This record gives sequence, structure tokens and C-alpha cells, in this order.
Amino acid sequence: MKPAAFDYVVPESLEAAVQALASANGDGKVMAGGQSLMPLLNFRMARPSVVVDIMRIPGLSAIELKDDAVAIGALTRHADLEFSELIATKLPIMSAAMPHVAHLAIRNRGTIGGSLSHADPAAELPMLAVFYDAKIKAQGPNGRREIPAGEFFVSALTNCLKPEEIVFEIDFPILKEHAGWAFEEVARRFGDFALACVAVSFALRNEKIADARVAVMGVADTPRRLRKAEDALLGMTREAQHAGQFAEMVRAGVSPSDDIHVSAEYRKSLIGALAEKALTAAWARAMGEKP
Amino acid sequence: MKMNIAVTVNGRQYEARVEPRLLLSDFLRDTLGLTGTHVGCEHGVCGACTIFLNGDSVRSCLTLAVRVAGMEIVTVEGLGSRDRLNALQTEFREKHGLQCGFCTPGMLITGMDLLKKYPLASDEEIREGLSGNLCRCTGYQNIVAAIRAAAALRDGRAT
Repeated sequence: MKPAAFDYVVPESLEAAVQALASANGDGKVMAGGQSLMPLLNFRMARPSVVVDIMRIPGLSAIELKDDAVAIGALTRHADLEFSELIATKLPIMSAAMPHVAHLAIRNRGTIGGSLSHADPAAELPMLAVFYDAKIKAQGPNGRREIPAGEFFVSALTNCLKPEEIVFEIDFPILKEHAGWAFEEVARRFGDFALACVAVSFALRNEKIADARVAVMGVADTPRRLRKAEDALLGMTREAQHAGQFAEMVRAGVSPSDDIHVSAEYRKSLIGALAEKALTAAWARAMGEKP
Repeated sequence: MKMNIAVTVNGRQYEARVEPRLLLSDFLRDTLGLTGTHVGCEHGVCGACTIFLNGDSVRSCLTLAVRVAGMEIVTVEGLGSRDRLNALQTEFREKHGLQCGFCTPGMLITGMDLLKKYPLASDEEIREGLSGNLCRCTGYQNIVAAIRAAAALRDGRAT
């Protein structure tokens, strides 16, 4: 229950951090807020020879409007996102999701770059990145590259980064036209990792859905968008039975597994129920009603 | 490999030479002798080790001592004294918000941070806010009641 010994470096620039990782020959670990890495160190499930602490690198914790996107520095803390006016107005689904991210004390320290890099399949921010089709920007020894969120998450707890690459910024496109949206999650205890979670949003034209986004997590080894369910929403009007059909569509799009908490069957049932609830709430919001 | 750190804890300056792997929780308890901060699960789940770091509640078991160099920490020892309990401590006493006391330091720090940042207009909101702090004896009822009372006091409402 105590970390094994490691060397500890505190670089003052992204370049120096990448260099420190490269020198560790694949045995280095980046530490941002440390809220996922510290439990792994305490349990000695991770035993890196070098911990590269990036928290003192300046300029990586801004939340800024950039054209049609919100650019979020990798070291932005969950609590900063939760209480940000800019996030509330431009990325309302993220705002609604943030209270579900662990607990206040964890949100006070955990960062978005850390959460994405950790790639937990039942975490909110990775799903939001996929949902918004965010661009994840990483720095490596040969410069910077931009990775679409849809390609970033490889499998449970595995991202596509090379060992010496570090996420420094994430750009979330704003879904300007999407007047209808909802975020629904169920966890065993509020703030715990999700058993199942869904985000839905859409734009209306002539009272019909003209553009739609659907993403889920907790029901596969990575968060994912459900393109077929999105397509099925196109042209839909607000009729109660559509929500039930949508729920079936979402259930058909996932293949969850059993775990210590619940059975695969339960998860599948749950994600459908949440999808139905989310679509109903999104419609209410689109019509200016209280969801 | 050891490193020198200087931190302020409960208004007092401390300097120490520590290994990078030393947890802040162990630093507070073993190095500084401030045993009011309790250690339960050591992986961020139970909330017993919650302290204030630069004014925000954080898990001291999920923080390395070397990372808080130059920062300001407040532990349960810094909240009030036996003769002068702070507002939330007073409510914990009034409402019987503790039994064995193991979770209490974390409950108090978390409760104070919740009171600072959230309306806490309903018991549901209070319970959601407390969901990261485990208590094995009170059944939470009286902890919720204490925070409800402190929120009312904060807002100038009658309980």
C-alpha cells in the first residue's frame, strides 16, 4: 500500500518532460493530477522507474474559446471544468457530466489530460472527448500531432500514445445547433465509475432531428459513438414511441461484459433505459421545457 | 534519492527531507506527527485522509509529499480547538455527526469544501457531495443533518 521507489523529475517545459520520458526507455510515467496513477502506485500495480511530474509546466491549464471550439489545457482540473461559465455555455453536456466525475476532492486535483490518457472505459471525460469528436494534441520527441478522440482510445486503460508522448491540449468542437441534449449515468454509488452512461444531442429543422450525436460508455472496452443510433434519429419527430425504438437501437449497438458489479444483461438493459430517458430529456430541452 | 521540501501546515512552516514516494498522508502523520488526518484505504476511495491543499479538499493519500512543496495545507488540527470548535464542528457535536470518529476529519474537510462551493439545498445534494467519504457507524443520517444545519447557518436560514 506504499509506492515502490522511483526517481522523480519535475520538468519546467513540455519539451523537457518529453526528453525525461524518452530517457526512461519506456519505463517512465507522466503524473498530472495523479488521481488515477497514485492508486496504481500505492498498490504497486504500476512500478515506473521514473515519475515525470508535469504539474509545474506553465500554460497548460487554460480554458479558451478558439473559433468554433473550446481549447482546454491538459492540466485543467475537473473542478475548473465543473465551475467554468465558458464550459457551461459552450459545452453544456460536459458541464452536466462533471459532477459525476469521482468526488469533489478528486475533482480538485484530477486533470482532463490525465483522465484521457488513463483511458478508463467507464470514465466521463474520455466519453465526452469521443462524443464531441475532440482533437487530442500530443507532444513527442519529433514534435506535435493531433489525434481524433475516436482513434485515441485503443482498449481498456490503453491509449494510442507512444511512451514518450504527452497530451498538452484538447480541442472540443462546439455543437452550436444542438438545442436538444441530455447526459444520463448510473453508478453504484454517486461519483463511482459508471455502470452505464449515455450522452445524446441533436439539432432540429422543421421540428425534425437534422443532426445527432450519441455516445456511450461503461458498456464496452472504450467509450464509443453509436453511428447507427445517430442515423436512426435523423428525421425523427417528438413522439413517445420513438424513445423506445431508440433505446432498442442503442442496446443493439453495445456488447457489454459481466463484471463484479453487474451482469452484461443488466448493463444492456440499463443502457437502453438511460438512452430512452436521455432522448426524452433532450426533446424537452429542445422545446424549451424543463427536462 | 531524497528531496527537501518546505510546506505550511495549519499556519506553521515545516521543512523536511523526504523520499519522492512518501505519501502526503504519511508525511503529515509520521514525519510531522499530525495524526488527526486518518488513513483508511490508501487509494482514494474512503475519504478519511482528506485535507485542504491551497484551499481545496484533496486526498492526502493520492498526493506525494514532494509535490506540495511551497503549498499551504490545513488539516483537522487546524480547523478549531477543543474550546473553540468551528461552525461545522459545532454542528457535528450538536447533531451527533460522529461515533468512532475515524471518518470525521475527512467528513469535516469535505463538508467545509461542499459548504464553500455548493448550494446544498437538498439532502440529496448533500448525500451526493458526501459520496466519496465512507462512514461505518453513523449510517450518515447525523452527518447529513450536521451539514444541513451548517448550510442553513451559512445562508442565514432557521433550521
